[in-house]
Amino acid sequence: MRCTSLIVLAATGVLASIPASAADADLKALREEIAQMKQAYEQRIKALESRLEKAETTVVKAEASATEAQASARQVAARPAPANAFNPEISLILQGRYKDMKEVPERIITGFWPAAGHDHGGGSGEANQRGFSLDHSELVFGANIDPWWRGQLMLGVRDEEVEVEEAWVQTLAIGHGIGLKGGRVRSGLGYLNEQHPHAWDFSDAPLMYTVMFGEHASYAQDGLQLKWVAPTETFIELGAEIGRGAEFPGTDRNKNGAGNATLFAHVGGDLDASNNWRAGVSYLRTRAKDREAHFEDVGGLEAQGVFDGDSRTWIADFVWKWAPEGNPKYRNFKLQGEWFQRREEGTLNCLDEVLVGNACDPGLVGASVLSDYKTRQSGWYLQGVYQFTPNLRAGLRYDRLDSGHRDFGINAANLVVDNYNPSRSSLMADYSWSEFARVRLQFAQDKSMQGVTDNQVTLQYIMSLGAHGAHKF
Amino acid sequence: MKHLMLVLFAIASMPAVAALKVFATVPEWGALAREIGGDQVQVFTATTALQDAHHVDARPSLIARARSADLLIATGAELEVGWLPVVQRESGNPRIQSGQAGYFEAAGAVRMLEVPTRLDRADGDVHAAGNPHIQTDPRNFLAVGEGLAARMAQLDPANASAYRSGYAAFADRWRAQIKCWEVQAAPLKGVAVVSQHKAWAYLYDWLGLREVAALEPKPGVEPSLAHLALVRDQAATSRPRMVIRAAYNSARPSEWFAKEAKVPAVVLPFTVGAPEAADLTALFETTVQRLLKGL
Repeated sequence: MRCTSLIVLAATGVLASIPASAADADLKALREEIAQMKQAYEQRIKALESRLEKAETTVVKAEASATEAQASARQVAARPAPANAFNPEISLILQGRYKDMKEVPERIITGFWPAAGHDHGGGSGEANQRGFSLDHSELVFGANIDPWWRGQLMLGVRDEEVEVEEAWVQTLAIGHGIGLKGGRVRSGLGYLNEQHPHAWDFSDAPLMYTVMFGEHASYAQDGLQLKWVAPTETFIELGAEIGRGAEFPGTDRNKNGAGNATLFAHVGGDLDASNNWRAGVSYLRTRAKDREAHFEDVGGLEAQGVFDGDSRTWIADFVWKWAPEGNPKYRNFKLQGEWFQRREEGTLNCLDEVLVGNACDPGLVGASVLSDYKTRQSGWYLQGVYQFTPNLRAGLRYDRLDSGHRDFGINAANLVVDNYNPSRSSLMADYSWSEFARVRLQFAQDKSMQGVTDNQVTLQYIMSLGAHGAHKF
Repeated sequence: MKHLMLVLFAIASMPAVAALKVFATVPEWGALAREIGGDQVQVFTATTALQDAHHVDARPSLIARARSADLLIATGAELEVGWLPVVQRESGNPRIQSGQAGYFEAAGAVRMLEVPTRLDRADGDVHAAGNPHIQTDPRNFLAVGEGLAARMAQLDPANASAYRSGYAAFADRWRAQIKCWEVQAAPLKGVAVVSQHKAWAYLYDWLGLREVAALEPKPGVEPSLAHLALVRDQAATSRPRMVIRAAYNSARPSEWFAKEAKVPAVVLPFTVGAPEAADLTALFETTVQRLLKGL
C-alpha cells in the first residue's frame, strides 16, 4: 500500500460510491464482495492506525530532541565571530612545469608585430624558459564590500615581480541586467580572454592570442566595463568598455579621455539537456604612438620600426559543450574556436638606433625613413577536449595565422616583409586528482617561426588552494 | 503616432501577470516552490536529477534565466559554490544577490548534519556548513517550506495569503505522508548499509539506517579498486544489507560491490525528476519502496 493511494482512497470514499445499475443478483453478490473488502480494509486500516499511533509518539519524542538540538545549534552560531571573519576569500594557484624545446634566441612569430617590442619578442619571458621553471603563481582576494559592491584582486607573483593582473570593483545593484565594473579588468572580448592561465585547457595560449595581445595572451586594461543581459530566455549579452588603452596593440599615450574602446556581443543557450553553446563577436579599437619593434633590413642588419596609428581588431568566437544528460562529471566534450582579423593603419618610421648602418641610415648619421603602414592580418584556432573519466582528459588543438597583407610603403624597399602562415599542432592529456589538483602532459609541433620546426614537450602542474572559486562557462 | 502612444500606454498600464519568477538551483526546491505557490509562481530549475549540482557549468542559459528571476532558491552549504556565484554576478539582477530578500538558502532553515570539526581538503570535498544533501529527509521540507512561504509572501505581498495557505495545505498532507512512510519504513530501522557517495546522512537520520561504509574513499573522490576491496573485506564483519547510490551516480562501483558482497544495489532517486520520482511525494514513495525491496 502506497502512502499516496491510502490518502486518496480515504478522501474520495471510492468503496461507497459504486453506482447501483447492475441486475439485482449481481448487485447482491457485488455488495457482499464489497462488504468483505470493506471489512478486510477496515481491519488493515485499524492495524495501521495502531502502528501510526506508536510511530507518532516516537515522532513527538524525536521532534522534541530535534528542537533541543536545533536550539543548541543556534546557540553555537550565536557566539561572536572573530574580527577576522570578514577577511576576503583567498585562493592561491600554484603552477610549475618542465618544458623541452629548441633553443631559439628570439622567439618572434614570423610575419607579426612582436607585442613585447623592445625585449626581442619576449626572450626573457617565462614562456621561453627551457627545463624546469615556475610559472607565475596567482593570488586571488575577493569579497563583497557592502550590499552594493564587490571587489577582487588577482596578483601574478614571480621572481622579483608582483603584477596586478586584475583589480576591480563591481556593482550588481543597478538592475535591469546591467553590470558595471571598474579598475583593471580583463576584457570581455573573445572567449579565452577572461580566462586566467590556470583555467586553460592547454599549457599555453593559442598563437592568435599571443600575436593579438602579447605574452599574457589576454587584453586587460584600466577602465570601465558596462554589460547588459537581455531579458530573454536565450542568453544575449552586450558589452562596452573604455580604458587607458596602454596595452598592446595600443600604447600608453598619457592623455585625458579614453584611449580605447571595446564592444562585444555574446549569445548562448541550451540545445537540449546535453548540449550547451555560446558564440560571440567582439571589436577592439585602440591607438599606438611610438610602438617600437625590431626588424631586419634587406641586407640582414638590425633595424627598428616605430608605428603610429590606428589598430582595429575583430574577433569571432564559439564554444560548444556536451555532457550526457548535462552531467559533466564522468564524460564530457568541449569544442571551442576563435578567429580574428586585425587592421592597422598609420606610419612606420624606420630607424638605426644602434648605428649599424642599415638601409634606413646608410650614412651612419642617425637618419630615418618615414613611410605609410597598412596591414590586414588574421588567424584562428580550433580545439577539442574530451573527458573520459572523472580524472582523465585529452585534447587536440590546431593554430593557424596568416601574415596577410602588409604594406610598408617606401620602407618596403628597406625592411624585410615576411609573408608566412605560422601554425602549431598541440596534443595534451591531463589527470585531475580532484577539482583542485591537475597535472598535464602536452606535445606540440610549433611552426610559428619561419624555418624552425620546434617539437615541444611540456609537463605541468596546476593546483589551487583556499576558497573554492567559481569558473565561467 | 497617436495610436502608437495609446497602445504603448495600454501596455504600460496592464497589470503584471504570472507573478513570482523563481529560479531553483535543484529540482527539489523548484518542486517545493510549486507546491506552495501553485499558479502564483513560474519556476525554472537549473539542474536535473541526472546532474550533480556540485559539478555543473555556469551555462549562458542559467545567466539568462537568473536575469529576470524574483527569487533564487539555493541549497547553500557550498553545494552550488562552483557555478552559482558566477550566475548571480553575471545576471545583472540585484534582487537575487546573496543577502537580498530574493536569495533564499534552504540549508539555513534546517539542522545540519556531518558538520566537520576541522576543515582540511585532505579530507576530500568537505563542506564547512555540513552535509548539503538536506533534501533526503522529508521533514526538512517542512522547515524549508515554512521559511520559503514566508519569503514568497514578503516578495509578493499581494499573494501572501495564497502562499500561506499553499504551505499550510502542503504541510498538512506532508505530515500525514511522513507518518505513513515512517510506518512503512519501520523494518529499515537499524539496518546496516553502504553508500556510494556520502549523500544520505539525512535519510539515514530519518529512517534510522546505519551507514557502515562509503565506496568513495573521501567525499567527492571517485572509488578506487583498492578502497572498494577494503570495503568489501570489512563487509564480512559489518554485514551491510544493501549498497545505495543516487540516480546520477556512475553505476559501476556499487554494482561491483553488490556482486562481491552479494547484497542488492539500490538506486534511489535522490531528487525530483529521477525515474519514478515525478514530484516530491513520488520521490519519498519510491525511496521508501526501493529501500524496503532491498531488504
